[in-house]
Order: sequence, then structure tokens, then C-alpha cells
Amino acid sequence: MRSTILESDIQKVVSLARDGKRLDNRQLDEMREIKIETGMSENAEGSTIVTLGNTKVIAGLKIEIGTPYPDNQDEGSISIGAENLPLAHPDYESGRPDDDEVEVARVVDRAIRESKAIDFKSLCIIKGEKVWVGYLDFYALNGDGNMFDAGSIAALVTFNNAKMPKLDAENRIIMHEYDGKLKLSRKPLLTTFVKVGGKILLDPTYLEEKAAEARFSVGTTEDGFISAMQKGVGGSFNKEEVSYMIDLAFKNSDKIRKQILKI
Amino acid sequence: MKQETMIDYKKDKKRIDGRKMDESRPLKIEVGVIPNANGSAYLEWGQNKVYAAVYGPREALPKHSADPLKTVIKVEYRMTSFSVPQRKRPGPNRRDQEISKVLGEALTKAVFVEQFPNTEIGVYVEVIDSNAGSRVACLTAASCALADAGIPMRDLVSAIGVGKAFGELVVDLDKAEEDAPDAVDIPIGILPNSEEIVLLQLDGLLTDKEWEIVSKLGINACKKVYEVQKEALKRKFDLSEAMEKKDSKNVSKENISKENIDKKNVEKKEVKSVKKKVKK
Repeated sequence: MRSTILESDIQKVVSLARDGKRLDNRQLDEMREIKIETGMSENAEGSTIVTLGNTKVIAGLKIEIGTPYPDNQDEGSISIGAENLPLAHPDYESGRPDDDEVEVARVVDRAIRESKAIDFKSLCIIKGEKVWVGYLDFYALNGDGNMFDAGSIAALVTFNNAKMPKLDAENRIIMHEYDGKLKLSRKPLLTTFVKVGGKILLDPTYLEEKAAEARFSVGTTEDGFISAMQKGVGGSFNKEEVSYMIDLAFKNSDKIRKQILKI
Repeated sequence: MKQETMIDYKKDKKRIDGRKMDESRPLKIEVGVIPNANGSAYLEWGQNKVYAAVYGPREALPKHSADPLKTVIKVEYRMTSFSVPQRKRPGPNRRDQEISKVLGEALTKAVFVEQFPNTEIGVYVEVIDSNAGSRVACLTAASCALADAGIPMRDLVSAIGVGKAFGELVVDLDKAEEDAPDAVDIPIGILPNSEEIVLLQLDGLLTDKEWEIVSKLGINACKKVYEVQKEALKRKFDLSEAMEKKDSKNVSKENISKENIDKKNVEKKEVKSVKKKVKK
């Protein structure tokens, strides 16, 4: 395992946080700047690059024909994967997805899936035989913390712009031809916090994540629902802290939604 | 597909996408695109889009992979799952492994590897969209990233795919040409100044006479690639040099210690932090 993070840097982040400050001069409840680009992969049904400060993530969606699960004969599905490419940070290593990659992929998945944003029944082609399966994979291109929110933004924008493949008379995909767009009835977004030096920090950098006692992500929708929560790392939050974070998540995600989806 | 088998390049004098036989697809390179890396490049070549990042020279891990006489160049060629028409399963397959190996070997000749014994240079290339020729795109991008990292090199490596399709010898085959019934695909990479060949593979059937012609086409095409690479590197370093001169007047030092960062990168960071302060 490589680690380029020094204990002295972590101590610095902790002592700054105690005074309500951050290394990059942000407010504790301030998100880094977000930039969005879309459609870079012509082979994908949707693709997005999200830049969140120095964190850069690319997401791409392939929509394919699969067989339904035995207990949901008339439902399609989605599958989300995450990879911290060794290209993106000196500490990242290649190989099978590690615990962090599996967790971030599952939390991003949960926020979208549980919001019922995608109607899985509408992804049915032939009951019991053929359904649409959306494979969304996101990759770090430059890692500087908060893969949760960067991945969640990338996934939302990608699903929101996704083209549906066209089918021929025998229900086979016609390559590079499309038939309308994927329908997304809600726009769920994750918002992630860490606790450093007893303070709550929105949108942690890589170094702040390393200094974190605890981490919390919450998925929120534009119509006031919470669709996912995940607490991580060894420490704890009290009930007031959780309420504060949920409240801030609703406000913050509303702002981001306006920016990234122009709604 | 049926239509394509009717195509005869000899008669048509033009390729499916309208290119001339020795014309390659548009190539664009930008270096210094991944802030965490010691060197990096983004390359667009027709529909192909790839990122390359270089980390090192750094401690070789696992330790037994270290060579006491030279640095080990570890290339990882990967494709994102959505970079191909049919989704690719995540994780390396045998093709990725082979390409990684030959790309590493091609780059080894270009780098003064004996200057950094017991270390490794990690070279990571990721394909985000593809349409035939992704390995030569990656090799071209990787050598720019190595140069961007300031690693001492004999020369850049410039690469291109050449071969045969629909009866003609062509430069920079696209997917439709790679799928031609008589397709021959020859990825070739050279050190452009000495014309030494460092990457050479061939898939298909070719006569020795055809090879004589097509290898010349390849070397000439590589030299055009080299010009684009040089331009990309110049663009970055001219610009940053000018900016550094401007900013260095009011440099105040910020002490964020970090391991594994060479002097050049530390300087870059300082320039950045100064710029931020100036804005505020």
C-alpha cells in the first residue's frame, strides 16, 4: 500500500478545523466549484465528466439487454460500479475493487435506486425474457476526495441525458441507433460530510477524508425525500449533527441541481 | 456490412470516411491534464479518446519488482466499460495485459532507465472512447506524459496504425477498415529521430512487398504524429514558463509538506497558491 499523506498534514487539517478553518480557505459548509462536460464517449449511451475542485470523475452508461431476475419478471435494472484508477492518485492501486470503491458505488447506486427515479417496470421489453439493464461505471481521473458526491453528480447527469438503444423487429439492439431518452422522474443527489476536530465539513478533500473521525452521506431529492444514508469511518455523530447535515444537504443539493440540470 | 464488402479502395481512390490513403484522422494532444500526476496527457485521435498519467520515478512496489540496474516502467493499459460498443467487463483481460506489456517495452527504449535504479515509473493509460487504434493512441499519449513528467528521454515515442483494407495500403485504420475481409492491422511505434522501431505488431496477411511500402507509410505518418506531440509539449511549457516569471515576483512560501513530489511539482503548487491569493 502506498500512502503519500503525512501525519503532520493531517494534524494541520485537524487543528485548522477546530478553529473553523480549512486548508483551501473554504467555509466549513462550502462546496468546491463544480464543472460538467457531457457526451465525450460516442460508444456510451451517456457520459459525463464532473470536476469538483481538484476531484475529476468520468461516468459512462451502457444500456444492454439482459434477463430479468426470477422474482421481478417484468422489471429491468441498473448496476453501478466505481474505480479509483491508479492514474488518478499516487495512493490508488489497480486490481479488484477495494472496500472504498465498493462502498462508494453502492451508496451512489442506493441514492438513485431507492428514490424510484428510474421506473424499472418501464425497462421491461418482454416479460420474463428480455429487459433493459443500465450499467453505469464511474472512474476517478484525478482524486482529491469526495468520490461520493462527484460520482453521484456524474451518475445523475449521465442517466438524465441517456439515450435508449433502438430495437429491431426481433428485439435486438441496432448498434449506434437510438430511440428516445431514459426517463428519470426524480433527481436524487448525494451530499457528503466529514467530522474533523469535532467540526462538520461539507465536501471533504482527500486530505480531509484522511483526517476524518467520521463520514456521512445523504441522498436527497428535489421533492423533499431522503433516499439513502451512509455513515462511515470509526467515529460517531449525535442526533443534532445528523439533523444539521440533512438540512444542509437539502439546501446544498437544490443549488447543485439548478446548476447541473439547469432546472 | 454487406455494402462494405462491395467497397474497392483501388477503384474509389477514397476511403469510407473520405480520407486519402495516407491520411490519418485528426489528432489533438494536451499535456498536464491530471494535477495529481507527475506528468499527464489527454489525446483525441478521431473517435479515440485517452488519458495518460505518469507517477514516478518512485519506490518500486512490490519490492522484488525492483531492478538494481534500472528503473522499471510499468504500463497499465485499460479501457473504461463504456468505451466500446458492447460493454466491456471491468478489470483487465488478456488483451489489456498484452498491450500493457508491449507498450512498456516500447517506452523503455525511449527512457534513460539506467538513471533511476531500484525505482519504478508507473504509466497509466485509460481509454474512454475507442474506434480502432487505441493502443497507438495510448503509446503516443504515454510518451508525452513521460516528457511532461520531466523524465530524461532519448526521444519521444510516436505511434500509428497502418495496414491494408479493401485492397489498398492505408494509414490509421478505423473500425470499419479493421473489419474489412482483407484487413491487415499493423500498430507501429518509433523513436522519430533515429527511426528505430520500438513497437511492431501485425494481424492479417501481407506480402513482403506490401510490407516494404506500408512500413514507409508508417514511419512517415509517425513523424507527423511527432510534430503534434512536440507542439503539445511546447504549448504547455512556453505558457507555464511565462506565467512563472510573472508570478515569481511575489512568491510567498506555503509549507505543505508532501512526500514523493519532485522540486518541479512543488514549484507548480506554489505558483497555484499564489494565483489563488492574488484572485482574493
